[in-house]
Amino acid sequence: MVKTFLRRLLQIIPTLLVVVSITFVITRMIPGNPAVTLLGPQASVEDIAKLEEELGLNDSLWKQYTDYVGKLLKGDFGKSYSFNQPVAKLLMDRLPNTLLISLTSIVLAILIGIPIGIISAVKQYTPFDYISMVLALIGVSMPIFWLGLMLVLVFSVNLGWLPSLGMGSLENGLKDVILHMVLPVTCLTTIPTATFARITRSSMLEVINAEYIKSIRAGGLKEGVIIYKHALKNALPPIVTVLGIQLASSFTGAILTETIFSWPGMGTLIVGAIENRDYMLIQGAVVLTAAAFVFINLIVDIVYMIINPKVNLDNAKGGE
Amino acid sequence: MTKTVIEVKDLKTYLYSASGVVKAVDGVSFSIESGKTLGIVGESGSGKSMTASSIIRLLPRNKGKIVSGTINFDGKDVLSLNKKELLQFRGKDVAVIFQDPMSALDPVFKVGDQMVEMICAHQNISKTEAKKKAIDALAKVGIPNPEKRMESYPYELSGGMCQRVIIAMSACKNPKLVIADEPTTALDVTVQAQVLKLLKEMQSKLNNAILLITHNLGIVWEMCDSVMVMYAGKTVEYATTKDLYTEPLHPYTWGLLDSIPKLSDENKTRLNAIPGTPPDLRLTGSCCNFYNRCPYVKEVCKEKVPPLIEIKEGHFVACHRQNFDERLEKGEVDKNE
Repeated sequence: MVKTFLRRLLQIIPTLLVVVSITFVITRMIPGNPAVTLLGPQASVEDIAKLEEELGLNDSLWKQYTDYVGKLLKGDFGKSYSFNQPVAKLLMDRLPNTLLISLTSIVLAILIGIPIGIISAVKQYTPFDYISMVLALIGVSMPIFWLGLMLVLVFSVNLGWLPSLGMGSLENGLKDVILHMVLPVTCLTTIPTATFARITRSSMLEVINAEYIKSIRAGGLKEGVIIYKHALKNALPPIVTVLGIQLASSFTGAILTETIFSWPGMGTLIVGAIENRDYMLIQGAVVLTAAAFVFINLIVDIVYMIINPKVNLDNAKGGE
Repeated sequence: MTKTVIEVKDLKTYLYSASGVVKAVDGVSFSIESGKTLGIVGESGSGKSMTASSIIRLLPRNKGKIVSGTINFDGKDVLSLNKKELLQFRGKDVAVIFQDPMSALDPVFKVGDQMVEMICAHQNISKTEAKKKAIDALAKVGIPNPEKRMESYPYELSGGMCQRVIIAMSACKNPKLVIADEPTTALDVTVQAQVLKLLKEMQSKLNNAILLITHNLGIVWEMCDSVMVMYAGKTVEYATTKDLYTEPLHPYTWGLLDSIPKLSDENKTRLNAIPGTPPDLRLTGSCCNFYNRCPYVKEVCKEKVPPLIEIKEGHFVACHRQNFDERLEKGEVDKNE
């Protein structure tokens, strides 16, 4: 297993290289010019030319590319044009803010969605099942920006219970931050909760009707052990897959949610970077996200192996 | 010394589907004594497996229901057991062996862990003792290297091996009744013989009763003391194995026995088959279920349900044309008539 892990880890390098190359090309294809955007419409041609020279935009694309990759290999993400700060520092400043709300919402989604899915499966075709599945359907289909706006309207504007902008500050106490988190987290957790509930239900239903569950029942084990030990472990793979995707996308931040609530996270940073044609920052953010996706996928695969030993990632050996 | 382990009386198990009530088991009675084996034979959909599921009250969720009848197990009324007693009953008194051994074990737990879990659930012994017991049981069913096999996952074992594991698991419970639901159907012939031998060995040690469900009449002859032939949810004939083979009375049984290929058949003709298909189980209940396939059919067969009568001591048959006044001989009516 260790060998498999190392081999997969090595495979990440070419994947990331491809991601870097594609992002590099695509950012250069965005119409507009970082120097013009930075200096504004009133800037003179000379100033623009000077800044272009400074930012290295006059070098050939190939040179810009090799420079960038060369720096990246040394762990240098370059410098943001618009913030005039190292990209790595900007990302590291924003990432914790994003992870704070996205991980909280994923944890909540797991704690609420999976039990609902299990109970729905066990009590299939009961009112609980119908109601929760209708709610889950609404949850996955609701446009998140609409939900965000409605939350702000009801809880901030009309009721005045909760703040709707920014993330508060620890200096005002932990409570301030938590109060600021409530609305964005509610908004972010809706879709994953509904997704978990639905995927858990369908996966559990498939397992509950399997032969081995019937034979375990015939063996006289308690219903709780059958459902939560035997059935759930067998039903986990699809749930872990969804969890992996959710976790990986939590690094990018939810662009819509962060924008609605002015949350100073990755989402707002990326949107700003695109608006400003901040090539380095866009590239840095994409590389970070890609790395998160690839790495979490690797972890998901390993979790598969732990859940079901029949899954063998070493194709060379394969299953019997 | 023999005593009755299980006595089932007039069991009716219905399945409720959107298109109507399916009378899967429609008034079945039998009993098995300790150390004896009863075979239930019949074609697919005749209610054999539903009978077995009814005994351990493991019917399809929200669909199956035992409508009437009694199941008496060693003095206990199975149908009135509460939840806890039911688990005990399933975990200690009865062992069930299902058709497909490859899918009867949980694929994501080690064989040993599953055995230990099953043993610990109903026997008051420590994990170490349970493990010892499991290894012992595996050795007894002829699994080489049992300590190592305890660490295997089900997918690493062959079908025959899995069935041995399941038999070993069953033996650990010291059950009074073993229900074997087509235990050999999914296995190849040589392994079938080994598995049946294991069941016999277990029975001679534990003196347990066996309910063997099969559609293989050869297995019945080898294994069973008595046989119940089921058709469309009803018992059509019930007799000792010897009586059934030497003196079958129901036209359906004749058809079944005729459809076994014989080595002595010199002229290679097509196998005999019973023409037609079983009736729709949603519509049965007003006539003999077999009348439209029966070459000996008479008017009365279409009008009344034949009662199960004891024609000779221990030999029951449900046919309008087999009663105390009239005896039907096989071949009396030409099929083309």
